[in-house]
Amino acid sequence: MTQNKRDWEVQPPYLYPAYKSTGLRAPTKPLVPLKHTLSELTGPVFGHDVIRPYDNDLTLNARKNGEPLGERIIVAGKVMDEQGRPISNTLVEIWQANAAGRYIHKVDQHNAPLDPNFLGAGRCLTDRDGNYKFYTIKPGAYPWGNHPKAWRPNHIHFSLFGNQIASRLVTQMYFPGDPLFDYDPVFQGVPEKYRHLLISKFNLDITEQDFALGYQFDIVLRGNSETPFESK
Amino acid sequence: MSTHTYLQTPSQTVGPYFAYGLTAEQYLYDYSSISNGNLIVNEQVKGERITISGQVWDGVGKLIPDAMIEIWQANSEGKYLKDRSLFHGFGRLGTGTHPQNTVEFQTIKPGSVNGQAPHINVIVFMRGLLVHAYTRLYFSDEAEANATDPVLKSIDPSRQQTLIANKSRRADGCTAYEFNIYMQGEKETVFFDV
Ligand SMILES: [Fe+3]
Repeated sequence: MTQNKRDWEVQPPYLYPAYKSTGLRAPTKPLVPLKHTLSELTGPVFGHDVIRPYDNDLTLNARKNGEPLGERIIVAGKVMDEQGRPISNTLVEIWQANAAGRYIHKVDQHNAPLDPNFLGAGRCLTDRDGNYKFYTIKPGAYPWGNHPKAWRPNHIHFSLFGNQIASRLVTQMYFPGDPLFDYDPVFQGVPEKYRHLLISKFNLDITEQDFALGYQFDIVLRGNSETPFESK
Repeated sequence: MSTHTYLQTPSQTVGPYFAYGLTAEQYLYDYSSISNGNLIVNEQVKGERITISGQVWDGVGKLIPDAMIEIWQANSEGKYLKDRSLFHGFGRLGTGTHPQNTVEFQTIKPGSVNGQAPHINVIVFMRGLLVHAYTRLYFSDEAEANATDPVLKSIDPSRQQTLIANKSRRADGCTAYEFNIYMQGEKETVFFDV
């Protein structure tokens, strides 16, 4: 069993000068090829013990004295491999800004209000068909220091493991039609042809009557190029 | 070659604000963590107790205060286990809570996996890295095993040293290894196309 390689046609490069922080942090030497061993083909497994009630509902999981402010949304989708096979029981972690575009993080100095009833972090396991679902608040755009009038498009950060350490993925999900796409070097770090892979789709089936709009964001992790078999 | 129906979802940077979501307990946020710097779940687990401490440096030699380091390793018998009752082979820490931006993992020394020298898989995330970087940590007191390790041997000898964690004995008698990650420069760490 071999794990597919990272598809460098789709993935952003390390050095992307428009995104200034890549300048002193991107590795400068070529990556050294590595033939996969058990070290790459195994990975941590998390069970329901790391999930607490409401961890997938960010409108509930940090309430102190009322409901968080902002537009309630549902973000749901399927986690699969490159053949479209569902990846079940895998951990999905998310974090995001509140409706005003403010992170609860101590170093976020953006002068927008914190929401006492919103933390902005959640997690869940995919079900047997690879599906996950979060209830949350639509995150606001926020300014950052990369260039004059730099604002990040609305986004939710995602972290996934898949079945192997080689399928590890940290990414960001965006919302359809955001006018900031044209000015955001983080989003644009992905080759133009493949940026649509990071944009969720409005979905009426996920939308809940009188409650929240639904967005679909499917995630494709690196898979195996042969049918997986049990090996111990 | 296989044909792929679906394209891989592209990676994006972890950004500067991961701490309350991914490493909340370490950073004292009111949220639980799936993992931290202690991989020893139950003291019954067999193996030599070790501490791995590490720092991450940028291209002008500045310590990076907002990186996240994940490790994945075998147990003392060289087995990657799904069972977490004694030992969890996975750890995750941010570099932002220690005054010298040091991460410190409490773990056991891994055994050899399929004839490879004992090693720990390391994944580096940070603001400014659009794609996470994979590296490996080998042990300075395993010179003999290191000399025959296929992965180490595939690296230019002048760069092999960047993957070797140096052993030191600490005041409390615990065995410690020091591992520095240099993103750029003369000592740039070897990163793998995993
Ligand atoms: Fe963000």
